[in-house]
Order: sequence, then structure tokens, then C-alpha cells
Amino acid sequence: MPKISLNMITQRSIEEGAAMEKGKTNPDYFDACSICEMHPDDMKKAGIWKNTNVLVTSECGSVIVKAITATQYVPPGLAHIRQGVWANQVVPPRTQSTGTPQYSGFPVTIEPAPDEKLKTALQLVQGSVGLWKGGQ
Amino acid sequence: MPKLIKGVGCPYCGSSCDDIEVLVSDDETRILEVHNACIIGTNLFHHANDPTRPRLPRQRQPDGSVKEIPYEEAIDYFAKTLLAAKKPLIYGFGSTNCEGMSAVGRIAEKAGAVLDNCATICHGPSFLAMFDNGYPSCTLGEAKNRADVVVFWGCNPMHAHPRHTSRYSIFPRGYFTQKGQMQRTVLCVDPRETDTAKLADHHLMLDQSHDYELFDAFRTVLRGFDIPEVVAGIPREKIKEAAEIMKKAKFCMIFFGMGCTHTDGRNHNIDAAISLTRDLNEHTKCSIMAMRGHYNIAGPGQVWSWQFGFPYCIDLTKGSHAHMNPGETSSIDLAMRDEVDCFVNVGTDAGAHFPIQAVQHLKKHPWITVDPNFCMASEIADLHIPVRIAGVDEPGVVYRMDNVPIQFRAVIKGLPGVPSDEELFDMVYERMCELTNTAPIWLAAKEDRKYPQNPAVI
Ligand code: SF4
Repeated sequence: MPKISLNMITQRSIEEGAAMEKGKTNPDYFDACSICEMHPDDMKKAGIWKNTNVLVTSECGSVIVKAITATQYVPPGLAHIRQGVWANQVVPPRTQSTGTPQYSGFPVTIEPAPDEKLKTALQLVQGSVGLWKGGQ
Repeated sequence: MPKLIKGVGCPYCGSSCDDIEVLVSDDETRILEVHNACIIGTNLFHHANDPTRPRLPRQRQPDGSVKEIPYEEAIDYFAKTLLAAKKPLIYGFGSTNCEGMSAVGRIAEKAGAVLDNCATICHGPSFLAMFDNGYPSCTLGEAKNRADVVVFWGCNPMHAHPRHTSRYSIFPRGYFTQKGQMQRTVLCVDPRETDTAKLADHHLMLDQSHDYELFDAFRTVLRGFDIPEVVAGIPREKIKEAAEIMKKAKFCMIFFGMGCTHTDGRNHNIDAAISLTRDLNEHTKCSIMAMRGHYNIAGPGQVWSWQFGFPYCIDLTKGSHAHMNPGETSSIDLAMRDEVDCFVNVGTDAGAHFPIQAVQHLKKHPWITVDPNFCMASEIADLHIPVRIAGVDEPGVVYRMDNVPIQFRAVIKGLPGVPSDEELFDMVYERMCELTNTAPIWLAAKEDRKYPQNPAVI
């Protein structure tokens, strides 16, 4: 499978804010945050089709998200996952001794994973601390 | 007859809009319409109507399920868990009122806890830079009335502070800016072409994480020295042009956000930004402002500075005096080094917004969540205690991003039996005093309380 190395940032979006205020278990929140925005050229390089799932892996974890064309233009080489549960699966907790994690500007690899399923927010967070009781 | 309430504050982002109008049902229990607010604020108010909002604390059982318990039991568990812990961490406070932030100070002192707020993962680096370099800032009204050059550096208000540009920074017609947007030159510095960048007259699309070099280049140009042909991906001419615009401004206003605080260099980026602001004051009037995130995240900085002398990362474990050293006493660093043995999440969602590894570390120990709604932090907690929603069914003081205090009001009646943060923390404090056979020390704040303890609770 082709793979591409990109620089990842995690930032706000109004869709994310609006969905979060409806509740984090709301389907809107899932739709707003389980996505990764990147440049079409980068998608092509890695053989990623628009609106298909990809595996994003950083130095500290990985997550399945849906690759979409950027809602706000990102240049080649840069990828963006909106802040929230999915982004924080891959955000490195290193703080440069300031208390603030590396939320933006960390290396990731992205590869197509069209057959993998997205996980819900609860599944990801409860799953990571051994509390998830639902199915896969 | 439904009642229209005017001058309502929106408890979401740091713009802390206080011109919201809310139409409530005649029995004052439901919000029918929300006027003036952006989509986020509107959703927030409507969400308060949700009939499934929790009304009783929920405790996790040995089999992993959760069971509702009375407030009395929850307060007892809260007090005992804090007292049993060697080094509890109390974190959050982006979304509650100053009364709650003040009340939690007593608990933290009694428990010998570390007290931290969301600044730690947000504008904490800005605080660090302010300690080093000062904070030449102003209020948002000054920006509205005077600023003819507005710079958005590493921030995207169109998405994060949706009404910021229409209330304070670009569109409003102020006293000396009567032509509104036409009179203002807007610069945006961002690696993406954000919706804010699309509004700007000049977009400096720099290479991500190279803000420090760009600040340096600006300062070098302002001092009359030469710079390389390209800095941080921006051509020399473009930098010179932007520097000239800022220099020629009557009043230059720099807003900055997570593009500076979350990237490489953290506080050093802000440090450079403040130095640039100072340099610009040789030529014109220039002010800088942190785009604070939550509507009252400036609150804990204020309240705890009065109480302890430090805005965040406050280590109270010594008992006699407070200590602060982010990197050592910040929530994420403490979590990653397994240095805390109890986590209390108040008015925030650490479950969703901490890097997942930090969550896994914290979850090894008791986890208590105080929050009006279900969120990730409530769904992995050992105990979730619902409280009223500040700005919706609980009034209180909040600090806007420019540290201007605003009195927020309650628009609907709170759920019966559900306390405010302040009431809950006072009850926990009283229980801690009972358990330790000590007399509660009430500061003057307690006598002056506007909202006496709700007899319906306990
Ligand atoms: S801009 Fe911020 S404070 Fe104003 S209505 Fe929107 S979310 Fe609320």
C-alpha cells in the first residue's frame, strides 16, 4: 500500500463547535470530527479516494478517519484533523516543558484504509481505558 | 406568554457576546428562540432543553455499569476521595463562572491538590511569554473604535470566535473607525487559507511552525536591516510590505491564537509577537491580544491570581505556600509522569481534549467529573456529578478574552435539586471539614454570596 508522510495540525472549525454543543455523542459531532483534510495532490500520491477512510499514524498512536477535500485550503504536505476525540488519538503529549501538548505540527503517515470502519467517540475513548462494552 | 430576555451572555467562546436575546417559555423552563447568537451559541442554549440532561450523580459500579446515587452520597465520595489522595489534580474551569472557580480554591487547599485550568493546554504558553515580556494589550472596545490595521496571527475567528470580527475587529463602525471594514486593513498569517484569510486584504501563507522566524523577520525589517529572500516561505517583498502597513497604521491590533501556542516554540512564538508589538510602538500605537478560547477561561487566571498569586498550574501540595512551574506542575506533564493519584474534571472535557495517552494515565486513579452534560469525561468517570449551566440556568461573573468582567444572567430555572458549581464545591468543602474535624474557613466571599445554598439540595 502506498503511504504518505505529512505534517499534521489539529484546529477548530465551526461545524465542530456547533456539533459539540449538541453533545459529543451526537451524530453531528461524529460527522464533524472524524475527518482528515488534505491536498488533492497528496491524496493522489497515496492512492486515496475522496471520502474514503484512511489510517493516520503518528509517533504515539493511530486512528481511522475519512479523507475529504479540504473545506479550507491546505497546501500540499499539510494535513488537518479537527480538534476532538479522533485528532487526540494521534496528538503527541510531549509539551516542550510548557504543559501544552504538540497539538499542531507533528509528523504522521497516512495510508488508504477503505475497508476499515470509523469508530465512534465513545468507542475510542472508552475503548482506550478498557471501559467499552459495545461491539466492534 | 413567552418572555423575551435581552442582554443575555453567551457561555461559549472568548468573545463572550452579551447582546444575545433569548425567548423563554412562560414557566421559564424552556428556551424557545435564541436571537443574535452564532450557530454555536444557538446550539448551546437549545441543548439546555434536552430532556435527557442528567439530574442525579452517577457512580460507576464494580461491573462497569453506572448507577444513579443521591447528591449526599456523591459529595461524601468526592470529599473522601480527595482526602485519601496524596496528590489530586483538579482541572478544567473553562466553562463555569468565577464564583465556582473561587469556591474550588478552598477544596484544593484542603486537599493539597494541584489546581489547573484549560489555559494549560491552550494559552498557557502565552502566560509564560507574558511573565517574560509583559503584555501590551487593550480592551476589545479600543480595537473596535481605533484599530485601522488588524492582524490575525495563527487564529481563525470565523470558525473559533464566530462573531469576533462583526463585534470587535473588522466590521463594526467605531468612534474613530466610522467607515468600518472599509477603513481597516486586515492581515492574516496562517499556513491554511482559512475563512478568516479569505476575508483579509493580505494573507501571509507561511510554512507551518515557522512563526518564530517570521516574527524575527518583521522585527529585523522594522529596525531597518535586510532579511533573506524568503523567510518561512514568505518572499522578502511581501514581508516588507506587511511590515510597512503595520508601521503606517494609526492603531495596529494583533490577535493571535493556537497557531502560535500549539506549535513548535510555544511561548517563544508569543514572546517574539510581544517584542514585535513593543517594536511597533516606536512607530505607531500597537496592541496585542490572546484569542482566549472559552467564554470564561480568563476567569481562573484572574480569580486564582488574587487567591494564590498564580494563574494556572498551581501546586498546593506544600500546604503553606503555592508553587507554579508549568512543565512540572501542568496537568499533562503530571499525567504523563504518573504524578497524580486522583483526577477531578470540572467544566471541561479532558476525555475528549487531552491526548489519549494522558487520559490513559489519569484513568489509573479515581476520576470525578463535574459537568452539566454527558461528555467523554463523564462517560469514563467513576463519578459524574451534574451541575447547573453557567450563563443558562446559573448566573455569574465571567471574564472576556480582554479580561473585562461581564455579569452573565440565568435565563431559565435550573433543574430541581441540581446545584451550581459553587454550591457543590461549598458542600464538598464542608464535608471535608467534617471528616477532618476542622472548622471551615469562610472567606468574605461566602457571607456576600448572592445565591444562598439551595435548600432543595441535601
Ligand atoms: S461568537 Fe462566541 S460568544 Fe458570541 S454567540 Fe458565538 S459562540 Fe457565543
